[in-house]
Amino acid sequence: MFTSVDDVSARLAETGYLASPAVATTVFLADRLGKPLLVEGPAGVGKTELAKAVAEVAGALLVRLQCYEGVDESRALYEWNHAKQLLRISAGRDETWDETRTDIFSEEFLLSRPLLTAIRGDEPKVLLIDETDKADVEVEGLLLEVLSDFQVTVPELGTITASRRPFVVLTSNASRELSEALRRRCLFLHIGFPEEELERRIVRLKVPGLDETLAKSVVRVVGALRAMDLRKVPSVAETIDWARTLLALGADHLDETVVRDSLGVLLKHQDDILKAGAKLDLDAV
Amino acid sequence: MSTAERLTSLIGALRAHGVRIGTGETVDAAQAVEALGFTDRERLREGLAATLLHSTSQRPVFDPVFDLYFPRGVGAPDTGPADREELRERLARALAANDEPLMTRLAAEAVDGFGGYGNSPSSDGWSSYQTLDRLRPQTLLARVRDDVRGRQGMSGFTDRLLEDEIRRRIEAFRALVAAEARRRVAERRDRDEIARRAVAPTTDRVDFLFAGKDRLAELRRTVQPLARKLATRLAARRRRAARGTIDLRRTLRGSLSTGGVPMKPVLRRRRPTRPELVLLCDVSGSVSGFSDFTMLLVQALHDQFSKVRVFAFVNRLDEVTGLLRHGTADPEGLGARIRAEATLTGWHGSSDYGVALGEFASRYGAALSPRTTVFVLGDARTNMSDPNLSAVREITERARRVYWLNPEARPQWGTGDSAAYEYAELVEMHECRNVRQLSALVGRLLPI
Repeated sequence: MFTSVDDVSARLAETGYLASPAVATTVFLADRLGKPLLVEGPAGVGKTELAKAVAEVAGALLVRLQCYEGVDESRALYEWNHAKQLLRISAGRDETWDETRTDIFSEEFLLSRPLLTAIRGDEPKVLLIDETDKADVEVEGLLLEVLSDFQVTVPELGTITASRRPFVVLTSNASRELSEALRRRCLFLHIGFPEEELERRIVRLKVPGLDETLAKSVVRVVGALRAMDLRKVPSVAETIDWARTLLALGADHLDETVVRDSLGVLLKHQDDILKAGAKLDLDAV
Repeated sequence: MSTAERLTSLIGALRAHGVRIGTGETVDAAQAVEALGFTDRERLREGLAATLLHSTSQRPVFDPVFDLYFPRGVGAPDTGPADREELRERLARALAANDEPLMTRLAAEAVDGFGGYGNSPSSDGWSSYQTLDRLRPQTLLARVRDDVRGRQGMSGFTDRLLEDEIRRRIEAFRALVAAEARRRVAERRDRDEIARRAVAPTTDRVDFLFAGKDRLAELRRTVQPLARKLATRLAARRRRAARGTIDLRRTLRGSLSTGGVPMKPVLRRRRPTRPELVLLCDVSGSVSGFSDFTMLLVQALHDQFSKVRVFAFVNRLDEVTGLLRHGTADPEGLGARIRAEATLTGWHGSSDYGVALGEFASRYGAALSPRTTVFVLGDARTNMSDPNLSAVREITERARRVYWLNPEARPQWGTGDSAAYEYAELVEMHECRNVRQLSALVGRLLPI
């Protein structure tokens, strides 16, 4: 898919995803070694966006499995279309039992869920398993077969193996520890907060109307907030939101009033706002 | 050293630090090296990290070890002997411009110029401490600040961020110096040895009793995810337990209508009970890091239990449950607040387990019931006073289970004034020296 690390950065940048060197290197390796990529990091740093960007670059179909507590086999892998099976049985009244029985467990009655969809067919695909940590431990068991051998076993049909391996991205917020077995099958990438310079470029790209000096101030303030001991530090998504807010407010430079009034865009807890306000000397007014 | 050798010794060093790496990962890493080549060192670093590591917490170990086995260069920097004032001047400029490559080069020059000790020119070793002591980068703060201000002009709001930013850059420079000193030392001595000793362990393996102030803050940050992890595990266990086992008698009774064929299994129903937890924490100076930390953990696990009561003691015992509940906003000052607001000491300041446990048994005996699990947290060092074993016996009789978590290494139990083995005969005592052990123990011992 990619020829070099630089190729990854350049082509991701075309879709509007500015990758750090770590991200570009790991995506390149995941593609080259044909291994799934486990991406961890705080919310809002672009884990899901990465999968979307890779899909766009590769011209691939994005298959997404959103995990949540209670997601199970029939949601993740496949399901039999019972209604259709019943119709089939009642339609063929005069055939023998053997004919009916073999027939209703064929591909026609199989409902593909994300994991099966991702390994069937020949077109390029990106499989995004989003928020893997939200799913129960049992689901990890399902994932293991898919991730190591790119195959799914349907008891009635046998094993379905991918003829073309999808590019797999798993994301996690680390709210639950993923099993060692799952981690071993993946390349590991931690996306943290970007370097100042990269973040400035991201902000400029996503909020085109913002001028260079204001973008710089915005990133510096966010950097200062991240260095504080807050319950929830602002991530890239919040930086962009803030930049948009400032643009909408028509602020052309930062001052105490503007920052104080819009701090709620960056911080989501009242005690964080108070703490940051005190540290940034906003209460003086 | 060939690439393969380099790679395997890197992996060996990581394994020695408790990073679990299998053969599969080693092969992946080799493939990554082949795919990436050696032209870009940072890419190589990221590539190896991606193939060898499995979690973020391993990264602080990986980076310094990588620096040792894949060094940026060999030998001394190819500049002449550095002049201290001149180097400080250049460093100030690099800090003002936040020029990282330049800072890296200056770190190398600084270690070369000021870090060597022993017989010059072929020094016996290189010390980052000595380098920083002579260079004093922290004293550059004011100069750099004025420099940046002078160039930018007093540009309003972001000006107030400047000092902290420069402070962080100086911190980064100090880390660069440390890495450079390690690299130079490793060239002269056994690399494997340096990798084993000079690299700090991951946070979850830091001893509670020896953690410095900054490591404690780091440990605190691991509490939140740990608590969540334990909470999900407890919830899952509770869910499984709630499903219950088959009630054979009622199943057979129900099968009468189907001619003795048990069509419907009847499950034994469990009465949902939330267990109660009582914590007795030694908060005396010697074990304060440990008890602070455990209390934070329990505070985070609060909603898993119907009743959590926490008692702190040094040589008097007092209930601090209320303080913990209010403490959510500010975990930092928790220990200090407990020491300030509760009556924990009588007429002397050293811990006395016998008196404290006796006081608990007599004053708060009502806190114990057959549903209570008690955790005692402390090193069992009684300062030569009576351990009061009868009080412990009374507690074990009234509570469902009693566990003792001891932050001292097992070989030290029973030495000096430690009454660990005497207590261990009455209650189940576990060594609990770091977060890894604590999370394993708490996950195993907490009642469902």
